[in-house]
Amino acid sequence: MRLQNNKNLNQTKKIGFTFDGKKYYGLEGDTLASALLSNSVHLFGRSFKYHRPRGIISAGCEEPNGIVQLEVNEFTEPNRRATEVVLYEGLVAKSQNRWPSLNYDLGAINDLLSPFFPAGFYYKTFMWPPKFWKTYEYFIRRAAGLGHAPKKDDPHKYEHYHYHCDTLIVGSGVSGLYAAKIAAAKNLKVLLVEQEDQVGGAILSSNDYENKINTNSQTEWKKTILDELNNLQNVKIITSTTLFAYMHYNYLLAIQDLQPNIGKDKKNSVRQIIWKIRAKKVILATGSIERPLTFNNNDRPGIMLANSASKYLNGYGVNLGEKIVIFTNNDSAYQTAIDFHHNNIDITAVVDVRNNIEGDLPKIVKKLGIKIYSGSIISNTTGRRKIKTAHIKKINDNNVEIINCDLLCMSGGWSPTVHLFTQSRGKLKFRDEDSCFVPDQAHQKTISIGACNGTFDLKNILKETYTSVNDFLNEEEKILDGELYDAERINIGKQENAWIVNKENISKSKMFVDFQNDVTAKDIKTALSEGFRSIEHVKRYTTNGMATDQGKTSNVNALGIISELTGQDISHLGTTTFRLPYTPVTFGAMAGRFVKEFFDIERKTPMHSWHVNNNALFEDVGQWKRSWYYPKKNETMDEAVNREVKATRDSLGILDASTLGKIDLKGRDVSEFLNRIYTNAWSKLAVGKCRYGIMLGDDGMVIDDGVTTRLGDHHYLMTTTTGNAASVMSKLEDWLQTEWPELEVYLTSVTEQFGTISLNGPNSRKIVELLFPDQDFSSETFPHMSFKNLEIDKVSCRVMRISFTGEICYEINIPASYALSLWNKCIELGKNFNITPYGTEAMHVLRAEKGYIIVGQETDGSVTPVDLDMNWIVSKKKYDFIGKRALIRSDTVKEDRKQLVGILTVDPSIVLEEGSQLVEVETSLPMPMVGHITSSYYSPNLGRSIALALVKSGTKKKGVKLIVPTVNTSVEVEITNPVFIDPKNERLLA
Amino acid sequence: MLLINCPYCGEREQEEFTCGGEAHIERPKNPPDLSDDQWADYLFLRQNTKGLQYERWNHSFGCRQWFNVARNTATDEILAIYKIGEKPPPLESNEPLTPSGEPHIGSGNFSTSKK
Amino acid sequence: MIKRSKKYSVFSLVKNAMSYHENWQPAWRNPEIKKEYDAIIVGGGGHGLTTAFYLAKNHGIKNIAVVEKGWIGGGNTGRNTTIIRSNYLWDQSAAIYDHALKLWEGMSQELNYNVMFSQRGVMNVAHNLHDVRELKRRWHANRLNGIDCEWLNTEEVKKFCPVINTSPNIRYPVLGATLQRRAGTARHDAVAWGYARAADEMGVDIIQNCEVTGINMSNGNVTGIETSKGIINSKKIGIVAAGHSSVIAKMAGIKLPLESRPLQALVSEPVKPVIDTVVMSNTIHAYVSQSDKGELVIGAGTDGYNSYSQRGGFNIVEDTIMAIVELFPLFSRMKMLRHWGGIVDICPDASPIISKTHVNGLYFNCGWGTGGFKATPGSGWVFAHTIANDQPHALNAPFSINRFSSGELVDEHGAAAVAH
Repeated sequence: MRLQNNKNLNQTKKIGFTFDGKKYYGLEGDTLASALLSNSVHLFGRSFKYHRPRGIISAGCEEPNGIVQLEVNEFTEPNRRATEVVLYEGLVAKSQNRWPSLNYDLGAINDLLSPFFPAGFYYKTFMWPPKFWKTYEYFIRRAAGLGHAPKKDDPHKYEHYHYHCDTLIVGSGVSGLYAAKIAAAKNLKVLLVEQEDQVGGAILSSNDYENKINTNSQTEWKKTILDELNNLQNVKIITSTTLFAYMHYNYLLAIQDLQPNIGKDKKNSVRQIIWKIRAKKVILATGSIERPLTFNNNDRPGIMLANSASKYLNGYGVNLGEKIVIFTNNDSAYQTAIDFHHNNIDITAVVDVRNNIEGDLPKIVKKLGIKIYSGSIISNTTGRRKIKTAHIKKINDNNVEIINCDLLCMSGGWSPTVHLFTQSRGKLKFRDEDSCFVPDQAHQKTISIGACNGTFDLKNILKETYTSVNDFLNEEEKILDGELYDAERINIGKQENAWIVNKENISKSKMFVDFQNDVTAKDIKTALSEGFRSIEHVKRYTTNGMATDQGKTSNVNALGIISELTGQDISHLGTTTFRLPYTPVTFGAMAGRFVKEFFDIERKTPMHSWHVNNNALFEDVGQWKRSWYYPKKNETMDEAVNREVKATRDSLGILDASTLGKIDLKGRDVSEFLNRIYTNAWSKLAVGKCRYGIMLGDDGMVIDDGVTTRLGDHHYLMTTTTGNAASVMSKLEDWLQTEWPELEVYLTSVTEQFGTISLNGPNSRKIVELLFPDQDFSSETFPHMSFKNLEIDKVSCRVMRISFTGEICYEINIPASYALSLWNKCIELGKNFNITPYGTEAMHVLRAEKGYIIVGQETDGSVTPVDLDMNWIVSKKKYDFIGKRALIRSDTVKEDRKQLVGILTVDPSIVLEEGSQLVEVETSLPMPMVGHITSSYYSPNLGRSIALALVKSGTKKKGVKLIVPTVNTSVEVEITNPVFIDPKNERLLA
Repeated sequence: MLLINCPYCGEREQEEFTCGGEAHIERPKNPPDLSDDQWADYLFLRQNTKGLQYERWNHSFGCRQWFNVARNTATDEILAIYKIGEKPPPLESNEPLTPSGEPHIGSGNFSTSKK
Repeated sequence: MIKRSKKYSVFSLVKNAMSYHENWQPAWRNPEIKKEYDAIIVGGGGHGLTTAFYLAKNHGIKNIAVVEKGWIGGGNTGRNTTIIRSNYLWDQSAAIYDHALKLWEGMSQELNYNVMFSQRGVMNVAHNLHDVRELKRRWHANRLNGIDCEWLNTEEVKKFCPVINTSPNIRYPVLGATLQRRAGTARHDAVAWGYARAADEMGVDIIQNCEVTGINMSNGNVTGIETSKGIINSKKIGIVAAGHSSVIAKMAGIKLPLESRPLQALVSEPVKPVIDTVVMSNTIHAYVSQSDKGELVIGAGTDGYNSYSQRGGFNIVEDTIMAIVELFPLFSRMKMLRHWGGIVDICPDASPIISKTHVNGLYFNCGWGTGGFKATPGSGWVFAHTIANDQPHALNAPFSINRFSSGELVDEHGAAAVAH
């Protein structure tokens, strides 16, 4: 039965749902918690360590106990707070951390054994015998954890929104709504974010008889303002959206939950959205969180925060109990007593730790005839699955009065929600009079207003909001916007600290501080006595504040307890860091629409479709998809690669080389620039000629290589490796802009503007002759390392005679849009020469046969050109180039550095594994290694295996035998020259 | 995430930029005359300042221009932005509270005001 | 002096239960600061505490102070993803990290403190042919260096870690992985506390909330430190200040080849066991394991700029999570519970500095970058040797600061990109 006042609900719409297999009904507007409570379900789950029965203690995101496994199969989600789950038709929830059932949980034995599980007990045990830790751990792991991760892929989608605004307001309570009204009046672009599904904040838990704004109830006031705001173009309000991170430069992140809108079992709908907000100014109106009191057995179902009880009562019409006791150290809980009275539910007793109770609210309660126990505490409670009795006693008096009750509302004071403020790097100060941390200095453009600023009474909230928000948003002139509102003055009595109720019994009691992690006051005491003095140490040793609620109800209480036990001021203890996220954030939402696939661009060449149609397998090189090899029917990889390699050497191979980086260099000083960035000399390179260059870092290590062509007097085309194109471009720009601004050089990346077709093999000349019938391709007029600008079907293209195979090779660079057509033409014309497309694997074999290196394979950031036996390319004449000085450091001039050599296995049929290590002799482990295999292939042209390696003093050790110890056997190898085919370049220059 | 005011394009998200480390380290004009130690100094040794640091940034996903940024590395506050070749402006960063450079606000994990 | 009457054991636990756990002795003292020590360690993280412990245990130097600016274990020791492994490429690295791993294996018993070293294996995943080549090179080097390492093909990866996505059709498919079975994770706070307790027992003074403000020197010799609690003298001072190493070095007029960068990590809400090993992907910067409490522990890559603010950009975290949910689609509905940032001091060659300096008696142990936790005991072992003997142990000789002049770097980046 619902009570009459239930303003947050839609009475007309019943919603069916299931909890632990049993069907219940709630109303539209209910949370799972309010719906279950209205069905008199008070037992929600079991605690983490002791498996104690637990019920709901709050009505918001601070809830430590009421966490459930929501839904089943692929829709399941562990650890959802019932207080935050908005009810929808067909919702299915299960309690967690219990077996076999919530009512009868075998894990509850831990509660009896709890004397043996003090804070940090696992650090002191499970050490012997050492080998048993794995077994102990197996059981510990199975006992730990709360809900279950899904076992099937996520059926939902997620999105990211980017939003820029003038004013972001977080929280839609009285101060947030009022601030929005003021900001809107200043014509600012306003975003108002509310974590609950309904706007209103504390208004949602207030009764409508008292605490009026001007003459209206708060609910009426909210409605008027909301109607105004909804009609404005410059205001956007989003609900069910939790602001979870406040980062640099007013960059804030919020997560919006659309689950209630999409309902049950709807696949492929967007479930959550992350809002990435960059705001000029931020107004925090995030309210405050009530604190529990720390007394023996304060965790039984039916013990609840007083204001949360008011919310269930006033907002959801939930009848929480018949025999109600209130336990408090401040005035605010008296409002709950008044709220129950308004609903004709009697309060059995108000127990107040204070002797002097002077505020206006207690006066009203007294007038209502409710019994107040002043200077008293609750020393214990009973009741297994729900509270049955409360034990009341005067402080300093041992007489206990036991009274029956089925609901105990507690209030230990209030903690302003300063999480976002501290995330923004603002500093807090501790306010002694009501023991709470309030914002002190802000670091960013933000203010806190209302309860999150420590302003708790309505009259002051309205006043503060009006002045602070106007001040904050006025840039220059002082214009006061927004109506003036007022409320009745309420005198608030002084709060009294009661961090530990009944301190003398602390060691023998179960006074829970962190409910979910089962941290008691005793655990904190133990930690302190063991020397853990810093709050961070206490937190980590006891795990206080580390549960899924991140200590929203426990952190300040733990500080209070430490303060009381050690006599230190809380302001000196400081707080633990308030870390993001404010509430847990779904991984899927963080990944956004790329939840199924990591977002990284895939780059494809203009001929990609041809490769796909011709059965190519692809290799990822940087972001590029490169053809790896083209197997024909039933061919293995080896067969395909051997065929491609052989065909290229014997006749004609065609390679898509479009992925190589291409940088266009123009300007007066290009040759000087090339002199500085390459190891060799460039001044004398004639127009129409090509030259190979090696690029170093200033540490002397090889970072890239490639051929550069002089297209004109002041015009060059540089090629880079596929993987390094972007970083080389950046580095060149860096040198030019920051180190050598005097050089006139203009760089343009043209990698994607051209397709590159590489025709290799003795018959390549025949193809280019067919393509360009009026040209002479003889070595006399078009020698190796030269270039011509030619036309094909009126499309101009650049033809270079350069080679990465050791065969005659022509590389044609043609504007990308014509590349596929030219490729097809080559394939067509090449049929008579058995033209064979080859991929990167065959390319590797071909270049290795010729002893050409690959940067990143023969090099690893620790290899100089001298190590590669490429002394010839390192200019001795140039005064300086990038990397030159580093080549003469004491280590880089050592003779026993690892140097590039060829490796031949004694048994020619064995192909070594790349990455294999080389040793001189086999010893016991560790075995001294002298080098490693960088490249290794079967060479179909030589009919045997070949390999390249980096070996200590390798250049001097040609002919020496080494051993490759593989997993099962050892392979004998010999050091050779790295050039296996055509060492005299006869084929290349033919 | 930082918000960086590119001197050529205006205010943009940090994701568009790449940091190039400490600024005003000139490549020596006479490398052959330098000792190994001096070369290591140029190549590897860095101030790695906690507090006011002058550093280079590149608008790599924008205009691709390099420029200088003066940033307080203890708080990530950007104090000034100026072009390559310009002299760093004289600046004071958020005064450190302790000798190791912890400013009283905007830094580290201290969430309460120190007195 | 408090005498610790008994060791930790299940018996002491039961016995203390009878007295409601009111009689446990402090794990370490809160000592008066002496005027002079035989050695001072600046930095009360894991590396600093192990240095003090091994100075006392292996070298008989017991008059030591560990001086900590905040609370012990509060820096990178207390905010890392706790991965422990020794499968490094170069001999020098493999030797020191494996020495550390061997110490991990007996740590709980040596310290009488359960650090929950959990040898659940570490897999390093390859996503492209270049990764495969690099990881196989490392595998072979590890094998011959006597470090346990296996190569798993895609099917074997799936078998060892069933929750991983081995579909060939994802952006970064799993082409194989190395597996080091002896590797795993540990309870990071316990490491600091266990070493602190054991060092304290041997007489080491652990001084918290004591910030170093200056280094005193005379004639090229170090003479002591100035701190927020006054001057403390010593002729041997070891600096183990991680992210703040450059700040301390500056006090002695020393410039280091370090950059301090933000490194971010996060944990999920706890769930029942779902992944029983550690999975690392260097290519997409994603590291994940599940703690004994049930939280997924996830590490990201470093941010691309220097900062001491202990905070990085959310884009870095987002990229890591994107990679995680591609590799582990079942994690997509789990939630990030807590996120944090630390300051890592990175050397140009991604290897540490454990070295003497040109100031006599002043030693530095820094530059561990993103991987210092795993080295904790080994680092302390060799640094203690270096301080005690004024010369490096064979294991840390290659990690001298002089290597940046000579060029003898230990480059553990691997080739950053394949480049054909």
